[in-house]
Amino acid sequence: MARYLTDEPLDPARLLAQVASPGCGAAVLFLGTVRRSAEDGDIEGIDYSAYHEMAEAELSRIVEEARGRWSGARIALLHRLGWVPAGEASAAIAVACPHRADAYAASRFVIDEIKRRVPIWKRERLGSGASRWVEPAHA
Amino acid sequence: MRVRVRLFASYAEAAGRSEVELELPEGARVADALRALRSRVDASRLPPSPLAAVNLRYAKGEALLADGDEVAFIPPVAGG
Repeated sequence: MARYLTDEPLDPARLLAQVASPGCGAAVLFLGTVRRSAEDGDIEGIDYSAYHEMAEAELSRIVEEARGRWSGARIALLHRLGWVPAGEASAAIAVACPHRADAYAASRFVIDEIKRRVPIWKRERLGSGASRWVEPAHA
Repeated sequence: MRVRVRLFASYAEAAGRSEVELELPEGARVADALRALRSRVDASRLPPSPLAAVNLRYAKGEALLADGDEVAFIPPVAGG
């Protein structure tokens, strides 16, 4: 059963509720959303694909690394796969910590690591009907 | 030994398939699987040293393989 990947639209409020805790004074939400406009035209949306088993494993490792570096951090995240229309979120990360410095740092770490190493790919569809694989430099 | 190679995204598109079973000699490494793959499919989209994973963990070309391993060649990732 998938833990960090979903085909469904993301529910950020639910992720925030999952990490809320009496000991945590700060909660940070990151949302990665599909931008409508690129340099060379409008984007209709993005089709996300993944090496599912390894993406789940890497996401789990990233969460554990963050929990190891920022003790007391509570982390919930979901990455959406399949077709995501422009304007909708493809990634949601909720982090709660006792204090805000750690919450911001842990949230930044998680999204940066996702972008660096999780085997997920994007195929952009433009308004023109053309589609192309997105290279990381422009991700 | 037998290993299962998995391809994704632009690599799978170029190869026309997303899985290849390879028969490799004992002592074979990831680099050997890559070489064998190139002789089986159109691997023109694969760079000389693509990112590789063995059994869901990133691995280098010199990583040793074992019977039943799952090897994946991973195009530049773009998640998040």
